[in-house]
Amino acid sequence: MSYDAKFRVWRGDASGGELRDFTVQVNEGEVVLDIIHRLQATQAGDLAVRWNCKAGKCGSCSAEINGRPRLMCLTRMSTFAEDEVVTVTPMRTFPVIRDLVTDVSYNYAKAAQIPAFTPQARDDDGNHRMAQIDVERSQEFRKCIECFLCQDTCHVIRDHEENKKVFAGPRFLIRLAELDMHPLDTVDRREAAQDVFGLGYCNITKCCTEVCPEGIHLTDNGIIPMKERVVDRKYDPLTWLGSKIGRRRTD
Amino acid sequence: MELEEHAYDVVVIGAGGAGLRAAIAAHEAGARTAVVCKSLLGKAHTVMAEGGIAAAMGNLYPEDNWRVHFRDTMRGGKMLNHWRMAQLHAQEAPDRVRELEDWGALFDRTDAGLISQRDFGGHRYARLAHVGDRTGLELIRTLQQRTVALGIDVFMECTVTRLLTDDVGIVGAFGYWRESGRFVAWQAPSVVLATGGIGKAYKVTSNSWEYTGDGHSLALQAGASLVNMEFVQFHPTGMVWPPSVRGLLVTESVRGDGGILKNSAGNRFMFDYIPDFFRKETAETEEEADRWYTDKKNNRRPPELLPRDEVARAINSEVKAGRGTDHGGVWLDIASRRSPEYIRKRLPSMYHQFKELADVDITKEAMEIGPTCHYVMGGVEVEPDSQAAKVTGLFAAGEVAGGMHGSNRLGGNSLSDLLVFGRRAGVAAAENARNRAGRVRLADDALTSAARAALAPFEREGGENPYTVQHDLQQTMHDLVGIIRTEAEMKGALERIAELKERVANLSVDGHRQYNPGWHLALDLPHMLLVSECIARAALERQESRGGHTRDDFPTADPEWGKTNLICSRGPGGDVGVRRQPLPQMPSDLAEIFEETA
Repeated sequence: MSYDAKFRVWRGDASGGELRDFTVQVNEGEVVLDIIHRLQATQAGDLAVRWNCKAGKCGSCSAEINGRPRLMCLTRMSTFAEDEVVTVTPMRTFPVIRDLVTDVSYNYAKAAQIPAFTPQARDDDGNHRMAQIDVERSQEFRKCIECFLCQDTCHVIRDHEENKKVFAGPRFLIRLAELDMHPLDTVDRREAAQDVFGLGYCNITKCCTEVCPEGIHLTDNGIIPMKERVVDRKYDPLTWLGSKIGRRRTD
Repeated sequence: MELEEHAYDVVVIGAGGAGLRAAIAAHEAGARTAVVCKSLLGKAHTVMAEGGIAAAMGNLYPEDNWRVHFRDTMRGGKMLNHWRMAQLHAQEAPDRVRELEDWGALFDRTDAGLISQRDFGGHRYARLAHVGDRTGLELIRTLQQRTVALGIDVFMECTVTRLLTDDVGIVGAFGYWRESGRFVAWQAPSVVLATGGIGKAYKVTSNSWEYTGDGHSLALQAGASLVNMEFVQFHPTGMVWPPSVRGLLVTESVRGDGGILKNSAGNRFMFDYIPDFFRKETAETEEEADRWYTDKKNNRRPPELLPRDEVARAINSEVKAGRGTDHGGVWLDIASRRSPEYIRKRLPSMYHQFKELADVDITKEAMEIGPTCHYVMGGVEVEPDSQAAKVTGLFAAGEVAGGMHGSNRLGGNSLSDLLVFGRRAGVAAAENARNRAGRVRLADDALTSAARAALAPFEREGGENPYTVQHDLQQTMHDLVGIIRTEAEMKGALERIAELKERVANLSVDGHRQYNPGWHLALDLPHMLLVSECIARAALERQESRGGHTRDDFPTADPEWGKTNLICSRGPGGDVGVRRQPLPQMPSDLAEIFEETA
């Protein structure tokens, strides 16, 4: 059941690096992360890679496999031909630290800027009441494992480093959408979505949706509705007038 | 020596549920607080918890309350739990769940719009607040976002290698940044250990790479004691096929939602393994068990929902008797019992996991499962109310702390444990820091010595590869200190651990300090060995079978041992000693609970 696979793995650091060829044993049922671990244990003890759960739940082992943003733990070796060369490279949108590990601090900086969840008061008996159907909209986005593959594939930041200042990327646009749809939240983040987090930069090519290992419909269910609500508020004269004279709720 | 230094009131080591909850509590109590974690923020092992948070909120069953939860917890732990921890846990868990909701967590709802509660093994009523089967992710993301919103400092991808003490107690901690390999030290009068468990000492485990027992080991080395390390929980349902996913968890909710266990002959074997201790509350026939899912008042629970130790031992026995699957497991079947829509809705992440990792559609096929090392009940001996260890300024919460779960933990009680005792540890750590403010200082020679020890693997030439030694340790623990144990095996394990210690002292690593996983493993290995030794020594000493500890040569529970804790500590020469200590006496008002609800 075993065979020798050909792997090309990027090795290097911020100052540069190169693809290195390895031949490594593959056994039945293994995933790319198993092969990277075997490389570490047998041929390259200092090969840097992030991983935690190896079950598609923590989103640590993000990389590009044959050029596609993937989780290494969710990429089965059986999806490749035995004579196919498997190329593993670090995520391109983020600066390399070493080998397959990148500096993802940009994401944590954006997360820190998002205005926090602010709940309405509890009912008199101390409970919050919500219908399942209403919590499910936000729950879809709360499935996010923060693997940052959506950020990696988003061309707004993948190809334009300068956009990182003004654009938070799909992960944080759906975080805003999640809060916006949260049945208990009381803060209006629409202006911030547009002005601080760069919602307008997204031109809905849906690349983020395609690479999401959790199957979250980032574009259709999160970003587009958010854009619609921003537009509704900004350009609908009745809403604008209503909000000025306090006769109509702004949401 | 190049060294980055910081000063805080409270340093929390670990950013899983317990660590983040402790940090939030310490911060809110006014302490300057830092969290140090080995991975990126939000990746801790807590994300892998699936089933839910046990809390007697009574949303589905008004009969449920903290007394029933307390009783279930103590019985699940075979009465070896610290009664006070079990009491605090049962009383405070509902408030901890409600507070998560106020921080943004979105739990599944009941028809009345309240937080939904699901069934789990050993719990008398449906009690687990949950979000599908990804409750751990919801918990950690909520705490992570709260931590960020409060502006608490987080040192990510940073490993603590030593706790620093003076003649009074804790003065700080020493570690390195994984990214650069550079050293960092924190001066602090309070340190909260929230480092999780020890699963990476075992070959088949549900645990992530971080579970190397560093908190247990750091505490021991700083002079604290560990309680009941022999109790290691093997979760009954880990994936067994394909080999690359062996050990990955299959949530207990599969059984709570109707899944049943079958052997290779297709028999629902759990009815053959109902212990007398649980006979009164367990169904006798398949018909009664199946009726329970829709009518819990007039029927008793299916035997598949016995506590984890019972189910794991039963599976082990079936496989040993030759009634296992080709890959050495048994079948867990929900496909033939629930509709595909129901399964996908209630168990989305299990559906996804089997589909992606094993190419198995659990709405159509049974799952092949077997026991996997999951949780260590033993841990740092702490004061129940404050989580203070026996060293001034040292606190422990979550899996690294001992006592709460006795000899066996009920599913769902871990996430609530993290919240209840994480908060208590944070509050107590902040208070200790106020009392010792201005009285701690880092000594230069301690820092130099810690740095020298950390760099030793680079100095040696021609030594062994750390990955090989880890593999051999895992094999040793798997073969000799697993689910079923004997005296001869424990003695054999201790001999092998002594040999492994010599090999670890002679490791060498390739490359340089920047993000070097071989080096990181070389520094984790001594922790794993120390913890493994504690487990083996305590398992040798406890001559009975109880909960997560089964001795083939002493197959029954012994009432005398039921009053005894085993305490591991380190002697002056560094050797691990084990001594017996009487169990704390439960007050009569709590003891009455067992009579009134029997």
